[in-house]
Amino acid sequence: MAISKSDVMLAGLSREQLLDLHATMLLIRRFEEKAGEEYTLGKIGGFLHLYIGQEAVATGAIKPLRPQDVVISSYREHGHALVKGSDPNAVMAELFGRSTGVSKGKGGSMHIFDDQHNFHGGYAIVGAQMPIACGYGLAQKFAGKGDITMTFFGDGAVDEGAFHEAMNLAELWSLPVVFICENNLYSMGNALAKAWSVSSLEPRAAAYGMAYERVDGMDVLAVRDTAIRAIDRARNQSKPTLIEAMTYRFRGHSMADPATYRPKDEVELWRTQRDPIVLFEQKLREAGIDQETLTKADDRAIQIADAAAAFADSSPFPDLSELTQDVMIDPTGAIAWRRPRK
Amino acid sequence: MRTITYREALREAMREEMLRDERVIVIGEDIDGYGGTYAVTKGLADEFGRERVRDTPLAEEVIVGAAVGAAMAGMRPVAELMTMNFSLLASDQIVNTAAKVRYMFGGQTHVPMVIRMPAGGGAQRGAQHSQTLESWYAHIPGLKVVMPATPYDAKGMLKAAIRDEDPVLLIEHELLYGIKGEVPDEGVDFTVPLNRGEVRREGRDVSLITFSRCVHLCMQAAEELAKEGIEAEVVDMRCIRPIDLDLALDSVKKTNRAVVVEEGWKYYGTGQGFAALIYEYGFDDLDAPIQHVTGVDVPAPYAKNLEKAAFPVRNDIIDAVKRIVPQRVAR
Repeated sequence: MAISKSDVMLAGLSREQLLDLHATMLLIRRFEEKAGEEYTLGKIGGFLHLYIGQEAVATGAIKPLRPQDVVISSYREHGHALVKGSDPNAVMAELFGRSTGVSKGKGGSMHIFDDQHNFHGGYAIVGAQMPIACGYGLAQKFAGKGDITMTFFGDGAVDEGAFHEAMNLAELWSLPVVFICENNLYSMGNALAKAWSVSSLEPRAAAYGMAYERVDGMDVLAVRDTAIRAIDRARNQSKPTLIEAMTYRFRGHSMADPATYRPKDEVELWRTQRDPIVLFEQKLREAGIDQETLTKADDRAIQIADAAAAFADSSPFPDLSELTQDVMIDPTGAIAWRRPRK
Repeated sequence: MRTITYREALREAMREEMLRDERVIVIGEDIDGYGGTYAVTKGLADEFGRERVRDTPLAEEVIVGAAVGAAMAGMRPVAELMTMNFSLLASDQIVNTAAKVRYMFGGQTHVPMVIRMPAGGGAQRGAQHSQTLESWYAHIPGLKVVMPATPYDAKGMLKAAIRDEDPVLLIEHELLYGIKGEVPDEGVDFTVPLNRGEVRREGRDVSLITFSRCVHLCMQAAEELAKEGIEAEVVDMRCIRPIDLDLALDSVKKTNRAVVVEEGWKYYGTGQGFAALIYEYGFDDLDAPIQHVTGVDVPAPYAKNLEKAAFPVRNDIIDAVKRIVPQRVAR
């Protein structure tokens, strides 16, 4: 979008663009809070990994993508899907395990997939999405339309062999893939210093000759700037980039995790001093956007989250016939011999 | 029809499918310069270029993972793994990704991918290079697992696998690459279905239920048994998942006796699966307990004499048949 100079308020962005980033982060925050609430009420089962605290990463990185670009993520992926354009109702309904869910209620929180918006999956084996992203990049390279793939993972995933195999192949084959590590300092309960032999991903990127940038993952504008450079490198040079976005999750690893392994004052410091939404709102106010506008955006996000939960709760469970659907394209190949249940 | 090797049959299948469909690509370790560990892919890179025929690093997880992703994104990748033993390094992508994405994403995607891999023992390759692990993967809903025994099937099944919309593991026995058999002329289009077995030899006295290289052992055993008046039916199951159970049940209905023959280990393997299904659905047709001929439960030894003792031989099959076929039948 071309912006005339007079419209520019901050970082080369128009008021409309800035408010869109703000609204998107709020949507994730309020959606995730609502999901957490519904989990404690027993409406959502299994694992629920909330993205609260990391909103600036998904928002800043995915917003500059084109609709036809593909995003592939981990099991902490509701936020990425929402930024890519997924309907909050359909994502919440997936968490509730209802037939109206994006994955028909068959995937759950960790397996969001939205073909319409090219959000191609939440993968729950740590690191496994990176080789898959390489395959998407390879197909995009063959297609030659300039589409790219962006994949998200945590700081735990970079210790998996899959990361190293994928990094090497992406650089070796010049694949248009943007790798974004959301470094929230803990792989589940294990602090970074106990997991990494190095203190940043820079030497790991260097090992594969891959372009690397570290960015403040609590600063949505900084993430956006960094992502734009990486996206350009992928789209125009068919080259991968590794971005390390420094961030923090404000909640436990999942809803089952009281997160006692983190010092209380550390958590408190990040929550009170480094909240990406609070930090962005300060900047917006300084750029002349009034508080009322910001408050209204928040009210709207709360409304959307509440409506999503209401939609999910009123949606039907999948029909039992769904149990054996979608295993394979070929229905004769999927199911073992058994007599029908009486 | 002309006679070509199993190896040539596989190569022709890939070549023809690459000519037919530009979405077909082949990736794997040493498939270009080296021509494939068993020379199956020889010449393909020269003909189709190094974009479509790609040597990869020694990185099985990303070979299969990238094949899965490329398939989900619209291509038709054929991934070659150097041996099935190395597939364990890619097993996460096979089991947790390829087999599951269609279901867990509510039918929004699918994985039209083929993984080709050699397996099996008998060539003194030792404990880590002699395994037949098809039952591990055949256990998993979402995968197709096939093991052709002849050049005709190798070509027809690989062509069918490449055209299939679901992930197919095509397992090639290392000792079969050099065998020769009749295959339709190059360019004559044919496929072999991925859900049907085939009776290789008809017989009235006992059904030898088998697949892959053991089909040939069973044929030899059947010829020997025929000299003694025992007519064995050789049933090449060839599809491990899904199973053509009707074929096995029909044969047992006729012979009332079954010997399941496989190279892999006894416990929890493919043959036990076959036997259990025959018991469950064909019990009334059985006149004797099903016999199960397998490899010995040891890691494959290197020494020639030990290795020979570790894998089934023709006489093991003959002995098993004689345990359940009464003399009065042998006339």
